Amino acid sequence: MKLDTAKILQKKKKQILELWMKTQLVDFSLREDLMSNDELSGQSEELVDALLQTLNTASLDDAQADAFEPVRDVLDGISLSRAKQGYSPRETGMFVFSLKDALLGVLQQELKNEPVQLYEESMKISRLIDNFGIATFETFIKGREEVILRQTDEITEISTPVIRVWDGILAMPIIGTLDSSRTQVVMENLLQQIVDTSSTIAILDISGVPAVDSLVAQHLIKTVSATRLMGAECIISGIRPEIAQTVVHLGIDLSGIITKSSLASALKHAYGLLQLEVRKSIANKS
Amino acid sequence: MIVLSSDKIPISKELDMVVFRNRLKELAVKIGMGLVNQTKLITAASELSRNMLRYANGGTVLMEIIKGPTQNGLRITFSDKGPGIADITQAMRDGFSTGKSLGLGLPGAKRLVSDFEIKSTVGKGTTIIITKWKNG
Repeated sequence: MKLDTAKILQKKKKQILELWMKTQLVDFSLREDLMSNDELSGQSEELVDALLQTLNTASLDDAQADAFEPVRDVLDGISLSRAKQGYSPRETGMFVFSLKDALLGVLQQELKNEPVQLYEESMKISRLIDNFGIATFETFIKGREEVILRQTDEITEISTPVIRVWDGILAMPIIGTLDSSRTQVVMENLLQQIVDTSSTIAILDISGVPAVDSLVAQHLIKTVSATRLMGAECIISGIRPEIAQTVVHLGIDLSGIITKSSLASALKHAYGLLQLEVRKSIANKS
Repeated sequence: MIVLSSDKIPISKELDMVVFRNRLKELAVKIGMGLVNQTKLITAASELSRNMLRYANGGTVLMEIIKGPTQNGLRITFSDKGPGIADITQAMRDGFSTGKSLGLGLPGAKRLVSDFEIKSTVGKGTTIIITKWKNG
């Protein structure tokens, strides 16, 4: 008599789960720091439940079948949460692949006397689990990408602070590549702050910009022009020696712009423009 | 000329340029290029890769460490399958741009490197090879 694999596996659910947990717990890649054993067994049970339930309706032959959608949903959830918790894709992959051992172990016991069927069913289960494993990789990468995108957004937001260094003097350190979208953010923030604080001098510090090419220079020139239109003077500081040489070779004309090598000298220049003086106080204790 | 190592990466979006610049910087540091030459090379490469992105919708760059007669250097090949450049002499002139840029990309890049070679066929694409010697 030919035994039904789905039925066998459903009957042996508890055993499968036990076997699976055992393999996972002895595995050296077990990350107790990231997830407690209870959570792990919760996840494992959820996956086994979903898998065995769908085995009723779905055929083992076609791992891509829509009938496995619920299993894939559970897997998606697991790998997404693992990606966020900091698991490596290998660890998540091993989690799924170790289920194969458990399933095959049980099957082997039950189909001891049917080698041909055992072989056929084993192949099918292998294919199915391999497919699930690949699905977790895909979701894992998607999860990581979401994290990266969120961080990119955060960086753009926090990377262009406008600092009020003195009454009427604003400073804006630019760190990283100055591309078109960054320039837009920089210009908006700067112009808005000029209005808000009624400043007359803005210092753009480009010490943190790795390379100044013609596009970056063009963006800088535009920002300076816009600041001047608002009635404020714009000083560009943080021009490093190698940047100065490169700009000259490129043939960019920055002579219409006040440029300084350091933020300190820009600030000094700004004090001069505002007719302020910074002096050492004379000790009058005597 | 002996090629010591080569590395090819595609440029299809602005983020790729950041990766490309970082890779290039690593290579330049590896052969012991000085800071000024590094910056010149990276700026030139940045101009050319941006041109590729803007006018040809992307392309590929090949970075090679080459052994010259007296010193090592970096050779970078930019190839795209874009519209090509009809008049190279005009394109190499300061201040000429079909876009709205300053028109300094091509002539500026040429001034920043040791050797500059450009080939372009209208409708087929453009290839630019630049070489920068360690102390060149």
